[in-house]
Amino acid sequence: MATNTKMAFSRRAFMRTTSLAGGGMLIGFNLFQACKPQVKIEPPVDLSNLDYKDFNAFIKIAENGVVTIFSPNPEIGQGVKTSMPMIIAEELDVAWKNVHVVQGKLDTENFTRQVAGGSQSLRQGWDALRQTGATAKQMLVNAAAARWGVEASQCTVSEGVITNPNGETLGYGEVVTEAAQLEVPENVTLKKPKDYKIIGKDAQNVDIDEIITGKPLFGLDYKTEGMVYAAVVRPPAFGQKLTSFDASEAKSMPGVLEVLTIGDKARKLIEAQPNIANILSTSDKVVVVAKTTWQAFKAKESIEAAWEDDVKMESTEDHDKVMNELLDGQEFNTMREDGNVEKAFAEADQILERTYEAPFLPHNCMEPMNFYAHITDEKVHLVGPIQTPAWKAGAVSAMLDRKPEEIELEMTRQGGGFGRRLYGDFVLEAAEIADKIRKPVKVVYTREDDMNDGIYRMALKYRIKAGIKDGKVTAYHLKEAAVNSNMYGLIPNFFPAGAIENYKVDAAVYKSNITTGAWRAPYTNFLAFAEQSFFDELAELMDVDKVQMRIDLLKKVDAEADERIQYSPERMIKVIETAVEKSGWGTKPSNVYQGFVNYYCHNTHVAEVADVEIENGQPVIKKVTCVVDCGIVVNPLGALNQIEGGILDGIGHAMYGDFGFENGKPLASNYDRYRLIRMKEAPMVETHFIENEIAPTGLGEPTLPPAGGAVANALKAATGNRLYKQPFAKFPELLKPKKQEIIG
Amino acid sequence: MPTYQITVNGVSQSVDVAADTPLLWVLRDHLDLVGTKYGCGINVCSACTVHVDGTAMRSCTMTLEQVEGKSITTIEGLSEFGEHPVQQAWKEIDVPQCGYCQAGQIMTASAFLEGNPNPTEDEIKNAMNGNICRCASYNRIYRAVEKAAENMR
Repeated sequence: MATNTKMAFSRRAFMRTTSLAGGGMLIGFNLFQACKPQVKIEPPVDLSNLDYKDFNAFIKIAENGVVTIFSPNPEIGQGVKTSMPMIIAEELDVAWKNVHVVQGKLDTENFTRQVAGGSQSLRQGWDALRQTGATAKQMLVNAAAARWGVEASQCTVSEGVITNPNGETLGYGEVVTEAAQLEVPENVTLKKPKDYKIIGKDAQNVDIDEIITGKPLFGLDYKTEGMVYAAVVRPPAFGQKLTSFDASEAKSMPGVLEVLTIGDKARKLIEAQPNIANILSTSDKVVVVAKTTWQAFKAKESIEAAWEDDVKMESTEDHDKVMNELLDGQEFNTMREDGNVEKAFAEADQILERTYEAPFLPHNCMEPMNFYAHITDEKVHLVGPIQTPAWKAGAVSAMLDRKPEEIELEMTRQGGGFGRRLYGDFVLEAAEIADKIRKPVKVVYTREDDMNDGIYRMALKYRIKAGIKDGKVTAYHLKEAAVNSNMYGLIPNFFPAGAIENYKVDAAVYKSNITTGAWRAPYTNFLAFAEQSFFDELAELMDVDKVQMRIDLLKKVDAEADERIQYSPERMIKVIETAVEKSGWGTKPSNVYQGFVNYYCHNTHVAEVADVEIENGQPVIKKVTCVVDCGIVVNPLGALNQIEGGILDGIGHAMYGDFGFENGKPLASNYDRYRLIRMKEAPMVETHFIENEIAPTGLGEPTLPPAGGAVANALKAATGNRLYKQPFAKFPELLKPKKQEIIG
Repeated sequence: MPTYQITVNGVSQSVDVAADTPLLWVLRDHLDLVGTKYGCGINVCSACTVHVDGTAMRSCTMTLEQVEGKSITTIEGLSEFGEHPVQQAWKEIDVPQCGYCQAGQIMTASAFLEGNPNPTEDEIKNAMNGNICRCASYNRIYRAVEKAAENMR
């Protein structure tokens, strides 16, 4: 089972303890080695280019007792800057209020998986973060025991104070210098969940005071002495290349320092690392460097650039056609096959086949892409918001032919990520500019740049076919047609894999020059809607209870017998049953229309029930009840925020998210033409956790995918119309309530 | 370039900028007040909200000519140490996820509550509907506005 990982620890996993020059101890722990042996690590996207090294979480204890915990992973709003240090602090046994959290820099020598992605930070960090805290605590106790001449086992610790059998006490700060000299102990004892004082208690965002007072936290806020700003003229359409430009007006505008082109270094990098072409344009770009952001933006607008069509200019219509052809054709990569679906379909009493369609989606982080770079002969200094710092530092090193040790990369707090900041094309852009101008410079995307030079959620379609014989689902065939890339290999082993005897997952791909990539909960962000809509329709066809049908299928799964199966049927049934109870499923008054879904992704089990009511002749999503099994809830306050946000984000994009192309040109470039969910459309979310003592899993993604399905199933109940295409708001005729509702 | 005399957080400032420079970028790049955020640049997301003579306004399309002689308040000037009841409610409810839009949310909410200390549910939702939160922390924004109203009474 993926969720019951055992992790082996050894002393070699501790990279070092260091006595600090200013007093105190720095302890490092190699997380990657610690979880290497047994844990299934499969990122949701192809991150095979990533150059992972070691991964350490650091504790610094000063002689005055102040504890600083360096949070290694990028903070994009998912809350790991709060929750990861909480785990260390728990085992270290210090009061949370005395802990100071600092964002760790990129450290390729000592850190591994310094990545924000796949909801994996907590899950993959859990054992090692606890070991880090517990080991440091043991060393501090050993130091105190040695000074007192007592056995370490006779000492107790509470909130950073060590007490011996005689009642004498020493604070961590008083023994830290001695502790740092000691051998790193093996086999430290970890706390039992019942003894947790920090884990499981609400902790506010560690940056809350800075956020509410507007302190400079984000990449866009970062400044250095003499820093200049760069705005970039990019190809207006995918598939175009720069042929010429006239910057004479720009050069005479106030504040403009220089106008240059970039692209040659990026092309060289593509030659060396062909895979990176998936996220980089090969065209030259025109760069305006100015004293202020606005001056750079204005001068950029004045540049007259000419572009030529370099390759096929693609439109949404073309994608639609080609994906239909793929679904109708035979060019599939079979990702899992159990039994014989064709035979089962031939023998079936009834067949249900449905096709579901989704558009491209931009990420739309509220903080537009930006990055700071300052390059000198001695050093490459990079600062800003990035989900994959190690990967990008490596790419910059390769692109500029600089030694890895010359590169220093610092992460700022990040104004959203959602997958967009995994790619760091903007880091390469900043580095190429800074290398040419040799001044500290920040490249800043306009909102239009951000939306139109994206790395989008690919347009994709699912076709699902089920066969029913003697009142049972005997065959299930899922086909995917997608632009640029197909579902990652774990997905075919999600529900209903293992529940249906004849089961097949096929994927077909169309390669496009429009750049695409991971978008919060890749693939499942749409697949969950398709499958959960399909199950509902299947239950309607079979005339069985929708929830009971799901439970019956889950009861057939023997996850022990098939180690490919990712989810736990028992945990799934538990969230379903709890959701039935908590949502009042089936007991609501007749004016409340409910939609039920259950889903597993990113190692977390979720059930959601959406309540729709008719107001002023329109269906309105009033409430979502959500039940989550993510194991131990490290920080309930942060967890609830992720759950609520994930659900509302899922609803928003299912309802409104629409993005397409005409001859390579994006059809929307700002929030006036691209609709995001707002306050008035946001239902209230009520969350319930399944309480258990299983190792925690992440929450940045898992509640998003099922939300669109819950709403679609509730809308079907309210309107009588089944929705097959996102976004739903594009089909207002399907969102009209049943006739009796309008009359009544 | 013309010189403008503007008052930001109670301090009179003299700024030399091109006439079309939005207040947003004057605050961020000239006055180092980066709490006010750039989101869309076209008046639709409200990340750039500031108070002009107490009214919540979007600074991304506002010129200095429009604000000369008026009193501008940014998130940095809403209170000295974050003790404004709206900021405190934001903290108590732990609203932010990424946090980027929250200064704009707080500025909208604080101006709104000043004029309507006892808002209804619909009034809160209408008042906050102009501010996009991409993380969709809307449930908590709503509760924080309610809480702030309570705290201010």
